[in-house]
Amino acid sequence: MTGSEFFQRDRTLHPPALTPNYKTSVKRSPQHALLSLECSMSEMTGPRFGHGDLGPLDNDLIRNYAHGGEPVGERIVVHGRVLDETGRPVPGTLVEFWQANAGGRYRHKKDTYLAPIDPNFGGCGRTLTDAEGRYHFRTVKPGAYPWRNWVNNWRPAHIHFSVFGTGFAQRLITQMYFEGDPLIPHCPILAAIPDREALAQLIAPLDLNASIPLDSLAYKFDIVLRGRRSTLFENRLEGN
Amino acid sequence: MVQPLDYIRETASQTAGPYVHIGLAPGAAGFAIFENELGRDIAGPNAAGERIRVEGRVFDGTGAPLRDVLIEVWQANAAGIHASPEDPRHGEVEEGFRGWGRVISDFDTGRFAFETVKPGAVPGRGGKPMAPHLNLWIVARGINIGLSTRMYFSDEPVANAADPVLGLIENPARWPTLIAAREERDGMALYRFDIRLQGVNETVFFDV
Repeated sequence: MTGSEFFQRDRTLHPPALTPNYKTSVKRSPQHALLSLECSMSEMTGPRFGHGDLGPLDNDLIRNYAHGGEPVGERIVVHGRVLDETGRPVPGTLVEFWQANAGGRYRHKKDTYLAPIDPNFGGCGRTLTDAEGRYHFRTVKPGAYPWRNWVNNWRPAHIHFSVFGTGFAQRLITQMYFEGDPLIPHCPILAAIPDREALAQLIAPLDLNASIPLDSLAYKFDIVLRGRRSTLFENRLEGN
Repeated sequence: MVQPLDYIRETASQTAGPYVHIGLAPGAAGFAIFENELGRDIAGPNAAGERIRVEGRVFDGTGAPLRDVLIEVWQANAAGIHASPEDPRHGEVEEGFRGWGRVISDFDTGRFAFETVKPGAVPGRGGKPMAPHLNLWIVARGINIGLSTRMYFSDEPVANAADPVLGLIENPARWPTLIAAREERDGMALYRFDIRLQGVNETVFFDV
């Protein structure tokens, strides 16, 4: 796959920069059109990570910040695959995740929501995908929380994801939501996505087959990164 | 009807939010959880080339600095090679050079700063070299999809003038938004680079 370019990003399925109902975007959105670049070495390459970068509990949010107890909340496993747009797995790539605790409070010095910090919950983790692009981690289901946008906006329960892929042009941050959450249709951040199918792709279904009887429920969340072109009659970067 | 094209679609982006530090820079969020927080050291101890410092702020459309922004840096080493298997010369990169890092703005002042080595020219398309540059990816609350830009160096006027990416910018008045100004401080090269998300002198952002 070395040296092959990425598919053009389909920006019609991503939220645009300016989405006035998500108020913070109003003054943080560029007004000039983005300048389109064909892939060069700067975009086709990207950082790689190995198991030496990670610790043994990094994908276990129930234990990675436990101080003499376990976090409060509904125990869940989140699993899925990282694929590209051709459906091929993306192996060995870094997946990072962060979230609020079961009460909807983040362990962050800027979060002042009245729900309490959980002394046994940090709220972040990371893992590498395996050879088939699979990842999994264990956590507690995050709670909904209010935020200042309109006077009564609530974020649906969600987990933030950061994914790398093989080239820096695949870099992606997104959020995973939970099947059946009644707050989903009311969220201005989710509603920023103009494409209904793209929005649905962020909602993880309950996966009873992956749950652990008498222990944890499970949700499945696949993440799709941009595809790379095959090398059929490829424009060679160094010139034809 | 025709045969279906069996591609699947890219996952949509969502904002990194105000608490991005928890996931990507937990030390800054106020707690230590990982033995190894990633992205603290861009160049590593063995990298050849000139050691440089970059300082700046990211401004919103009202002129206020963002105090909750996270920037990722991706760059080649001083020989213009990326530490990535996609680069055919990656085996020549110095031990410990990753060329990637994470930088956050100060919660009070919005200032960011990082140290690295100055990259070399990188092969571009069609054999045209690209002037030395850093690739920057910017995420924050209120940014729905990460913003890509580049930082070029003011002491490379000849290479910058021939750079194929800078050459795509139709309005020359926008060039300076991508060029960091060099000065010296305590015997070290310091580059000042401010990013403006919107308004007068809006930074050039790329669809890569």
